[in-house]
Amino acid sequence: MGHIKIENLTKIYLNRRSRPRSQFEPDDCTDDNVLVLNDINLEFEEGEMVCILGPSGCGKSTLLRIIAGFEKSTYGKVRVGGKKISGPSAQSIFVFQHSGLLPWMTVAQNVGLGLRFMKDEPEKENKISEYIEMVELEGFESYYPYQLSGGMKRRAELARALAVNPDLLIMDEPFSGLDFLTHMKMREEVVNMHEFLNKTTLVVTHDIDDALIMGDRVVVMSGRPSTIKLIKKMEFSRPRDFERDSDLSRLRSELFLMLGVPYAV
Amino acid sequence: MTMSKKRAIRKQQDSNQEINKVRNRFGLGLLAFMILIVLWEIIARFSGWSVDIFPDPITVIISLGELIADGTLLRHTVASLFRVTAGFYLAIILGIPLGIFLGRLDSMRYFLNPVIQFLRPISPLAWIPLAMLWFGIGDPPAIFLIFLSSFFPLVVSTTVAVTNINRTFFQVASNFNFNSMEMMTKLILPGIMPEVVIALRITVTIAWLVVVAAEMIAVQSGLGYLILDSRNALRMDYVMDAMIVIGLIGLLLDHLMNGIGNRESTRWGTASGY
Ligand SMILES: Nc1ncnc2c1ncn2[C@@H]1O[C@H](COP(=O)(O)OP(=O)(O)OP(=O)(O)O)[C@@H](O)[C@H]1O
Ligand SMILES: [Mg+2]
Repeated sequence: MGHIKIENLTKIYLNRRSRPRSQFEPDDCTDDNVLVLNDINLEFEEGEMVCILGPSGCGKSTLLRIIAGFEKSTYGKVRVGGKKISGPSAQSIFVFQHSGLLPWMTVAQNVGLGLRFMKDEPEKENKISEYIEMVELEGFESYYPYQLSGGMKRRAELARALAVNPDLLIMDEPFSGLDFLTHMKMREEVVNMHEFLNKTTLVVTHDIDDALIMGDRVVVMSGRPSTIKLIKKMEFSRPRDFERDSDLSRLRSELFLMLGVPYAV
Repeated sequence: MTMSKKRAIRKQQDSNQEINKVRNRFGLGLLAFMILIVLWEIIARFSGWSVDIFPDPITVIISLGELIADGTLLRHTVASLFRVTAGFYLAIILGIPLGIFLGRLDSMRYFLNPVIQFLRPISPLAWIPLAMLWFGIGDPPAIFLIFLSSFFPLVVSTTVAVTNINRTFFQVASNFNFNSMEMMTKLILPGIMPEVVIALRITVTIAWLVVVAAEMIAVQSGLGYLILDSRNALRMDYVMDAMIVIGLIGLLLDHLMNGIGNRESTRWGTASGY
């Protein structure tokens, strides 16, 4: 169901030319085509939490959008649960880098989006409040997104995604823009929820510590055109503490180095 | 808790509910009207113009009473309101769906937009000769002119509003398997609502401007006709009565539209963060 196999994935963005082609340019001039993902091969197992790291603009969001079905690959195959993806569906729910809550719906209505086909009204209500409680937003059911803080919006969107009970949960920088403490708490919540529900989860992050603490597998991408620099299965027990575990702290320095910062500060 | 602290909290609660502000605002608005009336009286008294040319407030109010008493004013007001309502609803019924359609379909937008932009700046009043030729006299030409005045602005604003909906929300919609009905009711309509309400507020004012002008030409009733007829009878006090009613109704229409705009579900767009 949540098994993902990516073979030879390549993505090129064709940008519209702003000026006409000059006669001196060769016909196959590809200046204005951006090669973003270059021959990516990846395989994730069912139930894994995968953390994807990489420099800004390298194509992490693009990779996620292709897996979610929002965008098509230029070459290559992506299979989710053994099936080729044909387009977006409720089987893989995307948590957006910038809020994807519908601003004209209350928290309860947003969370109820994935449950709207349930016939039994009282049971639906129960489900909605169950997920709202899970992210500790009880009391804010009838608030509109603009009345919530940044962290609360994030949590509401997470509740909405989990309520669908998708095979695959895709999160694009779910903690960006949160303050330090909320970031920590949300991270813990996501880890707990993953332990509990065991959904295949893809998380893009720019925070190496997020990846070290959350990931069952860590993927590091290079700058554009992007290739896979590292795929590492993380066999460390939880809770993880890279200050105590020397293997983990060595991996941490390695990742810093790989992303272009020489010293783990 | 000290007395002054309590008073401070009380003060904040009051201002939270905006009671004081609203009271002050209303009072200030009323004051401006009073000043206007006083100025009017002063000019009437000291300009040396006769009552037939520049009637003073009292004369105008007395004649307003006459017009109300014999039912003339009500009849003309109803006639004008009927025309505005008919033309405006027609524009809404045709303009908003067309706007949504153009906003969703790029090719149709590129196809029709130039024509719409060409027709839009032509004043509805320029259509008067053609409207009278095509629709004769009576209500139809007037309604047609109102329709024209509201239709193009509504189409353009709706189109822009649709194209302005955040692309992320369309991805959310496809992610949650919205069908085309839900796309409309859960995404597009609520998404364009704040901008459309503003557009309605502006167009209803334009429609009200146009109806008065249209009634001076094509019809035998309405506030516009009342002005024209009173001028022919050299009753400037009646002219002013009609003007006052036109202004009051304009104020009322704007207020009604504003009321729609302030409802919670349409207000999200003006709130901070989006
Ligand atoms: N629709 C598009 N058309 C053209 N180019 C695009 C488009 N979307 C993204 N790109 C380009 O693809 C590259 C990768 O973008 P992407 O959003 O995937 O980066 P990212 O790794 O998520 O970056 P960040 O960490 O800053 O979010 C960028 O160079 C961007 O300019
Ligand atoms: Mg990104």
